[in-house]
Amino acid sequence: MIAKEKNDPTVNACKLCSPLGASFVFKGIENCIPLLHGSQGCSTYIRRYMIGHFREPIDIASTNFGEETAIFGGRENLTIALDNIIKAYKPSVIGIATTCLSETIGDDVPMYLGSYVNDRKDLVIPKLVHVSTPSYKGTHQDGFYATINSLIETIAEGGEKTKTINFIMNLFSPADIRWFKELSECYNIESIIMPDYSDTLDGEYWGEYKRMPEGGTKIEDIQKMGRSIGTIEFGNILSEKGGAGEILESKFGVKSYGIGFPVGITNTDYFFSLLESITDTKLPEKYRKERGLLIDSYVDGHKYLFGKKAVLYGEDDLVLGLASFIRELGMIPVVIGTGRKTGLLEKVINEVIPDYKSLNISIIENIDFEDIGRIAQEKEADILIGHSKGYKVARDLNIPLIRVGFPIHDRIGGQRVRVLGYQGTQELLDRIINAIIEKKQSDSPVGYMAM
Amino acid sequence: MNQNTTISPEEIKDELLRSYPAKVAKKRAKQIIINSVDKATDEVPEIMANVRTIPGILTMRGCSYAGCRGVVLGPTRDILQITHGPIGCGFYAWLTRRNQTKPATDKDENFMTYSMSTDMTENEIIFGGEKKLKAAIEEAISIFHPKAIGIFATCPVGLIGDDIHAVAREMESLHPEVNIFGFSCEGYRGVSQSAGHHVANNKVFTDVVGLNDTVKEGKYKINLLGEYNIGGDAFELDRIFEKCGITVVSTFSGNSTYDDFTRAHTADLNLVMCHRSINYLAEMMEKKYGLPWFKVNFIGAYDTAKSLRKIGEYFGDKELKDKIEKVIAEEMIVVEEIKKDVTTRTTGKTAMLFVGGSRAHHYQELFKEMGMKTISAGYEFAHRDDYEGRKVLPTVKIDADSRNIEELKVSADPEKFKERKKASELDSLKANKNMEMNDYIGMMPEMDENTLIIDDLNHHEAEVLIEKYKPDIFCAGIKEKYVVQKSGVPVKQLHSYDYSGPYAGFVGAVNFYKEIDRMVNSKVWKYVKAPWEKETQLAATYACD
Ligand code: SF4
Ligand code: SF4
Repeated sequence: MIAKEKNDPTVNACKLCSPLGASFVFKGIENCIPLLHGSQGCSTYIRRYMIGHFREPIDIASTNFGEETAIFGGRENLTIALDNIIKAYKPSVIGIATTCLSETIGDDVPMYLGSYVNDRKDLVIPKLVHVSTPSYKGTHQDGFYATINSLIETIAEGGEKTKTINFIMNLFSPADIRWFKELSECYNIESIIMPDYSDTLDGEYWGEYKRMPEGGTKIEDIQKMGRSIGTIEFGNILSEKGGAGEILESKFGVKSYGIGFPVGITNTDYFFSLLESITDTKLPEKYRKERGLLIDSYVDGHKYLFGKKAVLYGEDDLVLGLASFIRELGMIPVVIGTGRKTGLLEKVINEVIPDYKSLNISIIENIDFEDIGRIAQEKEADILIGHSKGYKVARDLNIPLIRVGFPIHDRIGGQRVRVLGYQGTQELLDRIINAIIEKKQSDSPVGYMAM
Repeated sequence: MNQNTTISPEEIKDELLRSYPAKVAKKRAKQIIINSVDKATDEVPEIMANVRTIPGILTMRGCSYAGCRGVVLGPTRDILQITHGPIGCGFYAWLTRRNQTKPATDKDENFMTYSMSTDMTENEIIFGGEKKLKAAIEEAISIFHPKAIGIFATCPVGLIGDDIHAVAREMESLHPEVNIFGFSCEGYRGVSQSAGHHVANNKVFTDVVGLNDTVKEGKYKINLLGEYNIGGDAFELDRIFEKCGITVVSTFSGNSTYDDFTRAHTADLNLVMCHRSINYLAEMMEKKYGLPWFKVNFIGAYDTAKSLRKIGEYFGDKELKDKIEKVIAEEMIVVEEIKKDVTTRTTGKTAMLFVGGSRAHHYQELFKEMGMKTISAGYEFAHRDDYEGRKVLPTVKIDADSRNIEELKVSADPEKFKERKKASELDSLKANKNMEMNDYIGMMPEMDENTLIIDDLNHHEAEVLIEKYKPDIFCAGIKEKYVVQKSGVPVKQLHSYDYSGPYAGFVGAVNFYKEIDRMVNSKVWKYVKAPWEKETQLAATYACD
């Protein structure tokens, strides 16, 4: 592993900052508005990036620090911001995430919030959920997980057990989140999906503006999460480190299962068998059929992919899922890179690709695009799989880029990209094969029309 | 679409303020102005601008780091830019704006596709980040061998006490071949990106402009200030200048290079496009090097022609003036032809513009050419002078937020100051009101009576405006785009141009006419209602009958 040294600067980063992850989660809670505690630039930038990807209105407020606030603390700004948001949006929840600035000055947000609530004892005020998200300590993934944890810590309650299952989302696309809703219906099981930004970040045309988009996980549902029969959360590293599932298990005895992203046959099979055993329900015919179709396209398509070298970059749990999938087709993930730093990537890779040592894979944490470009060139990669920021490398090396993850701001439809389940895998597979074929076709001296 | 331009602006203003807490309403009332212009004096009502946005109100504004690193320095391709801070700020500023650049050859440097960051971690927050910054500079030099490096401070930097300027000096002494300078553009300084423009102007002025006295070939030498080459605007202007025989020494900062900046002082005139972001540099260059400046607008074919004529007037040379007239006549043929066609469909339509520090003014020209009416407009981050004209400058109050941005004291350079025009010549140019010498008349005097001028428009206010006025087009940025479109009003982005352009100059005007024609007459909105929905409605009406 060629991990970057502590003092290395980053040239074209492969990670985003924590409050962005927090904003994703808060947008997935019903009637919730995110509020970033710090200068307004962070919130503006984060909105800009999320809007560029989702192409939806995205409101993220700021407590708007000025120089004086930066010196004397942000209590007054926080109070004013909360007052104004409550008046304008009438939210059920305000999600308060800190930026590097308020973290650096050490603002005591829980204390401020405590006295805010205390001073308004006679008033009905929304739930205030705070999460500490200093970006100098982690990436957008850390912000995402910390926010889920914080919501569950503050809202979930115990009690008589139900038959419901908790699905804790990772940074999935709205389309992939919808897949969980759909399968709950097909299985006829009760589920709680948390967070659920499938409607709030990918909404219909409205005709008339709504200040708060509909959708999102309901507070009552988060409350009930402590009574479910089990929690499934996704991501190999997440389960290694322990996520919200662990909180629910230790606080309320809800059994937690951490598994890899259900992408590819193996991982999806595992997910469905787990689901069968937890809920004691048989796999619906629909998914059995989808699986058969996927196998069929593996048979048709794998000759195009066998031995092809792919560079996988982005969130660690996403690249691990992708790695497991492309290995099924005989592709070689020559780079498995993430901007995040946990020290666990190499350990976990063993579970995902047991023969990884013989494959000469560069497994890199805290990676940036300077590294990605260099190694991709050295290893003569055939394809890149990751978000839009890899475009420069793809262009320099003249190889295709399959856009998955976040951000996708140079193509339309980032919110609809699917990778999960048999069908999501199918869509991804077709895109990869077609990109390889297209490259071969356009590079060929004769313009073959059958490939 | 329902056009409603007859509603009383007073009523709308009341409606806009109604839902605010009293204190907020009081402040916003001063930022929402019903326009009235004294035709004799260009006097307009006072507007409150460049004041801090109220916490919790969703603003369009960004931070001073964005204004400095993103707006002013972003479009320069060969100054290597290092963001000193945690990762987010640098990531978000990475090729986010659509400034185009065209290196002369393949071998020429282009760092615009890079975003370097010190990627601060907790260790630096606690123990200081200077060491890491130095390492980043070393690495930058060894990978890229740049001529110049700019260091941009983000919020935490100011607080942990890192001295980026000392680091710049120290590293420059180790690498004298590289010009290294720092920008104190922490996001909490000032109230918007505007503060960052000022910081950028100051540093570029003190550390870059004036370093190289080689004079560029050419009879009529100008600098174009405040043109950022979004969608290739600067390329179109370069084309026009070349056709007219005008030499562009440097553009601040679209398609620019470090070398161009270093010899900007050798031009004979500064043209100011975006007054807000760059007027500081124009003023300081006049004092130090003697280059006069005036305001131009190359958005709109007629304003382009007008601006070119001003250049002719300034140089006062018959040959140049004739050439300019010839170019205008040639270019206007196509413009008039397209204009004639599109105005049959666009005349009478309405527009709103809430964007930038100059664009909300400039683009009104294009709409005017298309026979469209601007019913409301405002800036994101402008100051009073951009609204009311520079004549109000002496009365602008300096608050705490503006005070923390340094005002440089500038005096004539004993060697490099050169008088471009005799005092008497300058006086007569200044007496010509059309020339706007060292002046900017502002947006409000050029807008109609009773239009609504709104500074720092927010979400809530945008909603009310859309609902009440139902404009045919709304111009803003990406953050507003989807909010407004959800209500059925098309949005033209005037920061990124929705990935098209150029819109400047003659070719740009034609592009814009066609684009707006397509947008205000788009068929997409027709499909909003599904056939069965229409039927239900019909059925309902019958039932009522
Ligand atoms: S931390 Fe400061 S400099 Fe960075 S984006 Fe936020 S406001 Fe701007
Ligand atoms: S200061 Fe921190 S929170 Fe703000 S944009 Fe930069 S990295 Fe993100």
